[in-house]
Amino acid sequence: MTRQTSRPRLPSQARREGREGTRPPEAGPGEVEIALTVNGTRRTVRVEPRVSLLDALRERLGVTGPKKGCDQGACGACTVLVEGRRVLGCLTLAITCEGRPVTTVEGLADGDRLHPVQEAFIANDAFQCGYCTPGQLMSAVALLEEGRAGDDAEIAEWMSGNICRCAAYPNIRAAVRQVRDARAEGEGGR
Amino acid sequence: MSTVPHRARAAQVGRPMDRADGRAKVTGAARYSAEYAPPGTVYAVLVGARIAAGEVTGIDARRALRSDGVLAVLSHLNLPPLAAEPHLLPSLAGAAASGQSFFPMRDARVHYAGQPVAMVVADTLERAGHAAELLEVSYRAEPHVTGLEQGREHAYEPERIFAGFLPGRIGRGDVDRGLAEADTVVETVHRLAANHHNPIEPAAATAQWQDGRLTVHDSTQGPTATRLTVAELLGLPPSQVRVLAPAVGGSFGSKAMVWSHPVLAAMAARHVRAPVKLAVTREQMFTACGHREEQEHRFTLGARRDGTLTAMRHHKLSPTSPFDDWTEPSLEMPARMYACPNHEGVYRLFRANTMTPAFMRAPGEASGMFVLETAMDELAGELGMDPVELRLRNHCDDDPSTGLPWSSKGLRECYARGAEMFGWHDRAPVPGTRTDGHWLVGTGMASAVYPVYQAMGPQRARVRLYADGRATAETACADFGTGVGAVMRQVAAAALGIGAEQVEARYGDTELPTTVAAVGSAGTGAIASAVHTAASALREQMVARAVADPASPLYGTDPGRVEAAGGRMFPQGGSGGGEAYTDVLRRHMMSDAEALGAWDPPGADGGYAAATFGAQFAEVGVDPDLGLVRVRRMLGVFAPGRVLNAKTARSQLMGGMLWGVGHALLEATRMDPGSGRWANASMGDYLLPVNADAPEVRVEFAEVEDAVVNPLGAKGVGEVGVVGASAAIANAVHHATGRRFRDLPITIEAVLGRGQGASA
Ligand code: FES
Ligand code: FES
Repeated sequence: MTRQTSRPRLPSQARREGREGTRPPEAGPGEVEIALTVNGTRRTVRVEPRVSLLDALRERLGVTGPKKGCDQGACGACTVLVEGRRVLGCLTLAITCEGRPVTTVEGLADGDRLHPVQEAFIANDAFQCGYCTPGQLMSAVALLEEGRAGDDAEIAEWMSGNICRCAAYPNIRAAVRQVRDARAEGEGGR
Repeated sequence: MSTVPHRARAAQVGRPMDRADGRAKVTGAARYSAEYAPPGTVYAVLVGARIAAGEVTGIDARRALRSDGVLAVLSHLNLPPLAAEPHLLPSLAGAAASGQSFFPMRDARVHYAGQPVAMVVADTLERAGHAAELLEVSYRAEPHVTGLEQGREHAYEPERIFAGFLPGRIGRGDVDRGLAEADTVVETVHRLAANHHNPIEPAAATAQWQDGRLTVHDSTQGPTATRLTVAELLGLPPSQVRVLAPAVGGSFGSKAMVWSHPVLAAMAARHVRAPVKLAVTREQMFTACGHREEQEHRFTLGARRDGTLTAMRHHKLSPTSPFDDWTEPSLEMPARMYACPNHEGVYRLFRANTMTPAFMRAPGEASGMFVLETAMDELAGELGMDPVELRLRNHCDDDPSTGLPWSSKGLRECYARGAEMFGWHDRAPVPGTRTDGHWLVGTGMASAVYPVYQAMGPQRARVRLYADGRATAETACADFGTGVGAVMRQVAAAALGIGAEQVEARYGDTELPTTVAAVGSAGTGAIASAVHTAASALREQMVARAVADPASPLYGTDPGRVEAAGGRMFPQGGSGGGEAYTDVLRRHMMSDAEALGAWDPPGADGGYAAATFGAQFAEVGVDPDLGLVRVRRMLGVFAPGRVLNAKTARSQLMGGMLWGVGHALLEATRMDPGSGRWANASMGDYLLPVNADAPEVRVEFAEVEDAVVNPLGAKGVGEVGVVGASAAIANAVHHATGRRFRDLPITIEAVLGRGQGASA
């Protein structure tokens, strides 16, 4: 799907060069300054190329909503949206996200007004310790957007990349269902 | 002191209430222990031993120290000495609570793979991790013992287990005579795989020194336990150690004891003179916080033709560490479950090159009751009896191990309601005969039981009421998913007679009134009792003030006849004629009033036995071609006494029952006997239930009143949900297939008749 290259392409560098396909200048192994747009705010951060998006957020930008459960792509706690798509923050290099909007759990609420999925998680007690929850919420938001919440089996399947050791699973499904049904009603009523 | 809450106030307790920290947890605002970064914070990374036994012969740190950003390499060569020896002690005791009688990096010996042998500190996490790879540790390996087959010959019978709290052998009556009287004898052997807790938040500690005082953000079930352990091992006065744990990302026992990492974080912080964050990696979690040990059970059950049990013999073999005689107490609750006059339980251990195993959700009850309850199912089959009927036949009103009456029980109702709601009696009379498409379908049930543990000292809380009518309730305890914050609000509100919405819960900080670690399902009951005691004292204080005040409409009223509700105090039997708390406070120029409450748990010699009982039901589908087992639905009915918050209690019980799915079908940490290392130490390789594995779960309560365990009559819901759940599933698999699987987990390979655990 992509060319094999030992160096990551920085979108901003590609832009600077003004031509797609040109090999970007080398970045690293030392720190480079990159700009990340996190929840609508542009932030610059110095990172070595090996720094994951998750560690850039948590350890350098103080954005600790995304969680580190395994750092190996196995638990889903680090799920964030990059350009609206779910990615695992622990398996994504921060420098590859330059110029691409990143949404974390901190970006879901509208000021004091919680996102309907957040409200539904509270109402349905869809978490206990809360550590998997930011990842669950991001996955739930995305699967609802994608229309993959047709029935319980579909919700369960599409939410299975997010492990909840507290096993709030039935309540997570209930929360997703509730938002799905509320949306359908809202649209039907219009 | 009056402890019986008025009905109006009691309505606060028990109703479903959202978690106190719900909003913080869904917005990302809740901060867990690796999410604090005081200015100048640096990172420590642990390096684990690559051999299972032997010696570190050299540590070449030159390349690591030259690497960018590296501040220090600590190992047995330069780690400062400890001020005290670590001793295994369950944190419920309320003292220093090391998870094992061993602390790493004090000499060159390696006792288990993954044992920390060095710690690298650097300015960033990546640099610390990179330098840890550059560290050259050389070893001299010695032969090791890690698995049952390697250790069986060296097994011994320990005098005592479980940090000395339990005897190594239990019994009553005469088992041989009981077996001679039996018409039917069931003999089984079970091998249960080792398990790891795998909380989604790995353990982590952030340590900071300021003017000789130490602050640790620790991921723990007991901030007080961390404080006392760190203080003791470092030789500090406990008052100089503050531990914070307002949010903890799950534990299930892995954070019930205090392991080396918070101490090492503090040592590293002192060494580099900067705050240090030490986050255990997921792989390291398999050798950092204990585990449920691999175990073999040999079980014999004798019964008369009518189902009456005559004898039970239960032997368990399991590996322990080189330092401690640990095995989870698997034999105690099975021995107390049924009226059986003759019982013999024997633990046998062998020393293995692993760390000391630890509590893991329903430690002992989950494994022991799997054995008993699947054997009961076999017995029911042999006798041609309904499994529920067999259990009723052997129901005991008193604890058969002591003869003491149960403080409350409710088990008959659990069976009856469960059977009815589940549709138990519609099950196919012959196993292996019901199908749904290509699925074989079966149902199974099991009893659940979990003892009531009590903290060993007074539990304290402070409740403060402000002149604006709002209140705070405070204890040191941590909320690692139990929902104790909401319970604190409800209980304080009920005792004070104000709305729960008016109360803010503060917890997770040793600066607040002391409570023990929330372990053994005792946390919520103990904390709620402390808050109840404090809030009741505060109400009495306010009433006393009002009745002594000539300006109060309650002046001269007998304080015993004053009630409180809706933020008002009024004479019993009506809500008129009183006044609001806020009026009294304002009139007395008080900005607030507060009370500290201390609740003394009843001692062990109170003349009662106490446990929570329940009944589990499960339906499974088995795909005989693929070897797949899918749990289709689960129902649990429990009698935990007073339910303090129906919403969070249900969730905890549901979570426990779904742990049964993992225990029955998925979870196994496999030891590689050659290398002496866990072969699947990752979340990708240690199989955990995911959403698609989790069926709908129905949780019901059988109401029982318990006047003994604590003033609220709450017996605890954190662990009983998992007990018996794996047995119900295994029994359902038998009912579906007609084949008995005695080992856990029941793997696809076993169902297909290949590999470990396959049976007839
Ligand atoms: S932390 Fe990224 S998947 Fe677990
Ligand atoms: S809420 Fe604890 S892991 Fe999901």
